[in-house]
Amino acid sequence: MTRERVWKALEEIPDPEIPVVSLVDLGVIRDVAVDGERVHIELTPTFLGCPALEAMKRALEEKVSELGAEPSVAVIQDDSWSTDRITAAGREKLRAAGFAPPAPRAAGATTLVQLQSKAFRCPYCGSTDTRLENIFGPTPCRSIRWCESCRQPFEQFKTI
Amino acid sequence: MSERARRLLEIADDELILGWRDSEWTGIAPTLEEDVAFSSIAQNEIGHARALYELAAAELGSDPDALAFDRAPEEYRCAPFVELHLLDWAHTIARRYLYEEADRVRLDVLRKDDDAELAGLAAKIDREEVYHRMHAEMWAARLRDEPRFRAAVDELWPYALGMLEPALRPELARRTGLRVESTQAVERGEHTPELEELWNDMTEVRRSVPGATW
Repeated sequence: MTRERVWKALEEIPDPEIPVVSLVDLGVIRDVAVDGERVHIELTPTFLGCPALEAMKRALEEKVSELGAEPSVAVIQDDSWSTDRITAAGREKLRAAGFAPPAPRAAGATTLVQLQSKAFRCPYCGSTDTRLENIFGPTPCRSIRWCESCRQPFEQFKTI
Repeated sequence: MSERARRLLEIADDELILGWRDSEWTGIAPTLEEDVAFSSIAQNEIGHARALYELAAAELGSDPDALAFDRAPEEYRCAPFVELHLLDWAHTIARRYLYEEADRVRLDVLRKDDDAELAGLAAKIDREEVYHRMHAEMWAARLRDEPRFRAAVDELWPYALGMLEPALRPELARRTGLRVESTQAVERGEHTPELEELWNDMTEVRRSVPGATW
């Protein structure tokens, strides 16, 4: 077993809630280490309230077992995951599926004034004439915005 | 129980019970947007509780579900503040606002803790709480001049103070513009009758088939 083979296999695991992106695209796999027949994976949650965390962990374990190795998945509960870890390919897949990718993490915390600004682009028509509808959305990681240009609501990834 | 486990359980219990209380607005909030907001905030607070219980469980040789649901009501370490059954919008917003301010003061200290696991988790929670604070501050600004909201903040202030250890209370007062002196805090330790009612509902499924797996 090699790390490369494991990484390659993990690229096939879709996110349980937004299957257009893989767990590798999301950047939630912090590390893979191979130790004989054991494969150690460090998984970082997106939001701690994400109900998909258990499903992600199980999917990783199943994939490693399919490769004929013994999985050991550790959930790392620190601040090492950020929306900045979503890969460029992942951001493009999100946008194409109608989810506006997150803005880059700034030095300070995001503010309401920033969310209410016109800096967010509609994933459907590309206009920045959009407004915040709700800080919260269908999952902890998303907000709802409204595009004044094409007159549709869309989901915006929160920056964390 | 170590000082560390006690602290973890205090915060985890606060987040679990408040998450439960906030979830009571699901389906009956005054607007659809608030229905979504309260449901999402509740889910995230309970997620924070789960992460904190994980750390406590590793130390206590237990598991997060057992800590969340298998203790007797008197063993919970939450502050009376989060137990109150407040199905009134002014009080609910006043509690969200005061809770988030107090939680921020507490997390600022935890983020600098020498225990890397605790500090790392506090930093993660703090980053997510940014969105809860925005929501609370937006509402507090909107209701600031409403007499019902002002009265609710004054009524809940002694409870909010009791969430924090005495050394951190002046910082909460500074942030909110309220007073520590001449306020008798409602301290952690005693529970309100509302906790037992909540506990009965919260643990009902778990108690009905002990040890069931899903």
